[in-house]
Amino acid sequence: MLDSEFMRLALAAGVVVGILAPAVGFFLVQRRQSLMGDGIGHVAFAGVAAGILLDVAPVLTALVAAVLGGIAIELLRARGGTAGDRALALVFYTGIALGVVLISAAGALNVDLFQYLFGSILTVTRGDVLLITVLGAAGLAIVGLLYRPLAAVVIDEEGARVAGVPIGALNIAVAALAAVTVALSMRVVGILLVAALMVLPVSAAERVAWSMRSTLALAMVIGLASAVLGLTVSYYADLPPGGTIVLVAAGTTAACAFAGSVRGR
Amino acid sequence: MPLAVELEGVSFGYRLGQRVLERVDLRLGEGEFVAVAGPNGGGKTTLVRLVLGLERPSEGRALLYGEPAHRFSRRRSLGYLAQRSVLGGEAPATVREVVAAGRLATGGLIGPLRRRDHELVRQAILRVGLEEHADDPLRTLSGGMQQRAFIAKALAGEPSLLVLDEPTTGVDAESQESLAVLLDELHSELGVTIVYVSHEFGAVESFVQRLVLVRRTIVFDGAPHELPGVWHDPSHVHARQ
Repeated sequence: MLDSEFMRLALAAGVVVGILAPAVGFFLVQRRQSLMGDGIGHVAFAGVAAGILLDVAPVLTALVAAVLGGIAIELLRARGGTAGDRALALVFYTGIALGVVLISAAGALNVDLFQYLFGSILTVTRGDVLLITVLGAAGLAIVGLLYRPLAAVVIDEEGARVAGVPIGALNIAVAALAAVTVALSMRVVGILLVAALMVLPVSAAERVAWSMRSTLALAMVIGLASAVLGLTVSYYADLPPGGTIVLVAAGTTAACAFAGSVRGR
Repeated sequence: MPLAVELEGVSFGYRLGQRVLERVDLRLGEGEFVAVAGPNGGGKTTLVRLVLGLERPSEGRALLYGEPAHRFSRRRSLGYLAQRSVLGGEAPATVREVVAAGRLATGGLIGPLRRRDHELVRQAILRVGLEEHADDPLRTLSGGMQQRAFIAKALAGEPSLLVLDEPTTGVDAESQESLAVLLDELHSELGVTIVYVSHEFGAVESFVQRLVLVRRTIVFDGAPHELPGVWHDPSHVHARQ
């Protein structure tokens, strides 16, 4: 399998995304914002469409759209008096509708959108892998640097606010991190499945871990294993890689839930 | 006595024309242990939010140690135990991780905790009697133990003012008693100013020096024994006994 250049590049991209997505998703899941990745993914779709229309690399326009969409969701939730789920719905539907309109305007409705919707990890280039690695490493470094304040907000947001912790800035940072993760994961599992890689490994880890740190670490291991195992299975069984990776993560979640219930959690 | 909290003619509404609180005057001295009670919907939590500077008065002024509460410069000296419904009791954190979160403001936002931070976390856990459960996940503990963990979190920040909002909700009578004893110890041994906010004050009645009843405005402010008998909280276990 590793004799093929495309599989080596796919594995490299999968490894980075497999670690990064649960690391960022951890904070979304703990704050009960599991669907935020989905919402941002739909805005990223509008970014892809804008890229096709403007003849610019769709990954870059998706990245910009995702970051703007993520921050918009957070601002609507925090300052607009809009409930989180409604803020999400507003951005979610606006993003997908804008994407369809822009794709249509570009006369590109016949373009193979599947690679954006369901991923196309086997077509990633060296340039893609470099971008994913650099931004992924930066994202992981930020998670590491901000771990304590982000964890404190998860544990007691009001207490942290009273003690003068800059909650608004931290929430924006999480939204921006989620957006970057979505844009990077787009090539691996696709817009429609990206949130799964942010949420499922965390749900799985929660059932068997014993602390917050161990949950985060285990989620990253499960994300990594899902990406590598999913790619391997898809290579030998000739299955779509994005879907296979997510199915592996879903299977692991089910297995961990079973293990957790046996242990009485 | 220097003032920790000063509300002067404070009125507040979340919407235009609404009045959750009306012309509230309240002065709490440093080192006092005060219970703020009143019916649900009477404005207790709003009062807390004004005191802590999380809301700004529509009229009047709210001061913390002489500074406008919303611009208070020494926020690290504030300890706050929010209502359980907004605390992350379901997060997969251990007691030690919860308490360590209390060192965030004082110990610095970024980077690992230092030796002194770890020591203060250990002492806070010891003080609330949870040393045997320090590495247990919070969600596996009883409601009373979870409240103790969050009190330890507040203590780890070495607060001079500790505000507890409905700390006994969902906590059994025995745990309410031990919580009241713990607060009394913190008050007498550490000199922390404590504001205990609850719709039922029976648990702390014998420990507090002052009782403030809020029902849109302050309807009673004095020593608990001065409270007219009919106003005593019938829901508390002592009253039933």
